[in-house]
Parts: sequence; structure tokens; C-alpha cells
Amino acid sequence: MTPLRLLWLNLRIGILTELEYRANFGVQLFQTFLALVIAVGRLSVIFYHTDELGGWGPDQMLALTGVFFLVLGMVNLIIQPSMQRVLEDVRRGTLDFVLTKPEDAQLLVSVRQIEIWKVVDVLVGLGLIVVALYRLRESIGVVEALGFALALLAGLAIVYSFLLMLTTCSFWFVRVENLLVIFQSMYEAGRWPVGLYPGWLQFALTSLVPIAFAVTVPAEAVTARMTPQTLILALALAVVLLLISRAFWRFGVRHYSGASA
Amino acid sequence: MRGLLDIYRAQLKTSLAIEMQYRASLAIWLLGTILEPVIYLTVWATVAQSSGGEVGGYTASGFAAYFIVLMIVNHLTFSWIMWEYEYYIRQGLLSPLLLRPAHPIHKDLADNLAYKTLTLVILIPVTLMLIVLFRPTLDTSPWAVVAFVPALVLAFAVRWVFEWTLAMSAFWTTRISAVNQVYFAALLFFSGRIAPLDLMPPAIQTIAYFLPFRWMIYFPAELILGQVSPRDALIGFGAQIGWFLVGLALLRVVWRAGIRRYSGVGA
Repeated sequence: MTPLRLLWLNLRIGILTELEYRANFGVQLFQTFLALVIAVGRLSVIFYHTDELGGWGPDQMLALTGVFFLVLGMVNLIIQPSMQRVLEDVRRGTLDFVLTKPEDAQLLVSVRQIEIWKVVDVLVGLGLIVVALYRLRESIGVVEALGFALALLAGLAIVYSFLLMLTTCSFWFVRVENLLVIFQSMYEAGRWPVGLYPGWLQFALTSLVPIAFAVTVPAEAVTARMTPQTLILALALAVVLLLISRAFWRFGVRHYSGASA
Repeated sequence: MRGLLDIYRAQLKTSLAIEMQYRASLAIWLLGTILEPVIYLTVWATVAQSSGGEVGGYTASGFAAYFIVLMIVNHLTFSWIMWEYEYYIRQGLLSPLLLRPAHPIHKDLADNLAYKTLTLVILIPVTLMLIVLFRPTLDTSPWAVVAFVPALVLAFAVRWVFEWTLAMSAFWTTRISAVNQVYFAALLFFSGRIAPLDLMPPAIQTIAYFLPFRWMIYFPAELILGQVSPRDALIGFGAQIGWFLVGLALLRVVWRAGIRRYSGVGA
């Protein structure tokens, strides 16, 4: 079974389960719409008073908002729910059922739980990015678009590795949920370019939690302000974190003793 | 009246004991609380800088003062009750509360006050830290500082009756998060959370003036920042009392209708 088929299988199960609660789709649509109104309204208020925010124009901020929706959507669609499930399994000792399966355990736990309606956020994010790119079309070429795609992939990989490492901590500590919530509250800061913040906060958003790499860096690509160095740094960091988080996960699994099963 | 006071004393004690068990969530809450003013004041300070030092009379340190004061007012007036009642109602937990000799709102109020007392221990150092970091300038007058106290109490009262009424929507729907999101969106735009209301487009300002949200958060903040004339302050107090009475009436109607629908599932 290839990783992609496994992902597809879980996706299908997720869709089939959620199709029984179709009204949830309407609710999600409504909530995303409201979040969009808030985000665009907030930007309008800012740009009612100025033409640029720390070097970011309205369309560039729109692109950043799109990236924010997209990344948050991906996290809520699959990463966060899957990790939440690992936490629960570790606490109840039911992770055994995953570990005994003849597939790579990390892969299995990473795509296990899907909240399919969150895909609305992902689509809205993509839509915002398309609109922003269209309005900025003069300054964006193929190179920038490619850089954007790469930076976005790197950002998602970094967020995934980060969350996997936090989750792995649950093999030793019980209340890791709190750490995940901390990440969520820090995420709010990603709505604005990280470069605006005071130094200590920039440091926290770059080194402690990887929000700068998840949102600001990809958005920099579409606004043609990204240096090749930044992109290389993001890609290198993504690879390193993927490797570290995998090693850490395997180390953690060895410490897992299956408390109650 | 004495009976009610005793109930509050007992409930405050239990609430405090319960809250003390959740120190980790307090720390998380602390992070979110610091982050919000820091984010907004940074963004607005950047706007001020790019427009030659000030926007609509606010300098960078003016924004710092505004958002720090707003954080304090928001913290002291907020409640989380609208997230709880769906659970209470679905799980039938409301039934034992109904059997108590006092209206459930008293328990909720005591819980809220206990939480606020406890978090003051965090709020004060956080405020001092933000003051050191962002050097706000406060240009206020003695009467405004004195008037701030009743304005804050009234703001809490207005917000409390409306948010408790909002929580009661759980009698009719299980889509509480969508309902709450609408409420918080309105609060965000009309209570000055995004920007001082006088920086909002005129249409929003006019709407905000006639909605309750402004009187829940913004009014005490602009009062202590010295931006309100004594006459406007009196109008503000009037509006707060008016909205409190409206909210109270609404609360009674909704509570009666809701309790009639409630069938105590699960208990």
C-alpha cells in the first residue's frame, strides 16, 4: 500500500463519515464566510488609513491572508485532528492498534483523522491567493509562482514536523494538549507579516513556533520580496525538521508502553 | 438578600478552588491575552509611522495606551458562558442547577468573579510588562479615572446580561459555535477591538453608536484615556444603563421561554 493510497483511503472514510452530517457543511460554509468578512474588513480598516503596511500593499496583504487561510485550513483539515487522535490514543493505550499494523506508524497516525469540511478554508485561501495574484500579475512571473509553491510546501512540512514533535512528547507527558492550544493562539500572529513585530516576538515566531515559515515566507514569494536565501533556508529547515521529527517519533514509540491495552 | 450573599460566598470559594486546579490553562490564556494587544498595537504603530507619526490623533504610544487599556477592560468584562450552556443542556447538567434555590445565573456570576479575581494576579504583571515594552502615554484627568470605575462595572453588567442571553440560544440550537462566531464578529468591529472606533469608517461609527457592543468595552477605555467630555460621559452612562435594562428584559424573556423547552435529557 503506497502512502498516497493510504491517504486517499482515509480521505474517503472521512468524507463518507461526514456526509452523514451534511448540515455541518452549511455551518462550515457560514463560519468560513464570516471569517473571510472579518479578515477582509480588518484589512480594509487598516488600508483606509494607509497605502502600505510595513512595505506590504493591500493586494500583498490579501495574498498573505490567503496563505493564512490555506495553511490554517490544511492544519485543521488533517494535521491537527490526526495529532489530537494520537494524544487520545496514547492516553487510553489504544495506540497499540496502530503500531501493530504492517504499515509505517508515523504515516498511519498522520493521515488518520480528517475533518473534511475544513477543506472550505483551504479553497477560500486558494481563491484569495488567485485574486491577489491576478491583481499583482505585473510583478509575478513563473519563477515567483514556483518559489511560492516551494515555500508553501516547505511551510506545511515545517508545521507538520513541529506538531508531530509536540505530539510525540505525549509519550512522556500527559497534558500535551495545552501545548497544541498554545500553538493555536500563537497562530493568530500569522495574520500579519512577522517582520512588523518587535524583535523578541519575531524571534519567538521564527524559532520557537514556526509561524513565520508557515505563512509569512510563502506570502513573501508572491509579493516578489523573497530572497533566494530565504527560500533555501526554508527548504533546508523543512528537510531537517522532517528528519528530526521522524527520528524523535521513532524514539518516542520505543518509550511507549501501552498503559492499558 | 442575606441568603443570596451566602450563596455567593460559598460559590466563590468552590469556584476558586476549582480554578486553582487549572493553572496550565491560565498560562495559555495569559499568552493569548498578551498577544492580542501586542499584535494590534504593532500593526497600528506601523500605520502611524508610515503616515508621518500619527493617525487620527493617535501616535505609536497612543495606540499602545489604547490597546493595553482595551485588554484590561476586555478581560475584566468578558465571560465564557456562551460556550458552556450547550454542554449543560445536552448532558442534562442543567437539571441539578435548576433544583437549587437560586437562579443559575448567580452560580455563573460567582464563577466569573472568582476567575477574574484569580487572573488579576497575572493581569497586573502582564500590564506592567507591556507598559515597559511599549511605553504608552496616558493623558487623562482625575475625574475620568474616577468615572472609569462605574463605567467598567456597567460595561460588565451590560456584557454579562447579553452574553448570558446569548448562552441561552443553546436551548434552541446545537450550532452554538456558529451563533457565537456571529456575536464575536460584531463585538470585534463595533467595540473597538480592531481599531479605536474613531478610526473606523464613519458608517461603522454611526452603527456602533446605536449598538450595545460599544458600551461593553470601548466606552470605559476611551473614558480613562481622557477622550470623553463630561457631557458625553453622562450620555455614556445613560446608554449603559439603558442597554443593561434592555438586556435584562431580554434575558428574562429568553430564559423563561428556554426553560419551558428544556426537557432534561440525560439526567
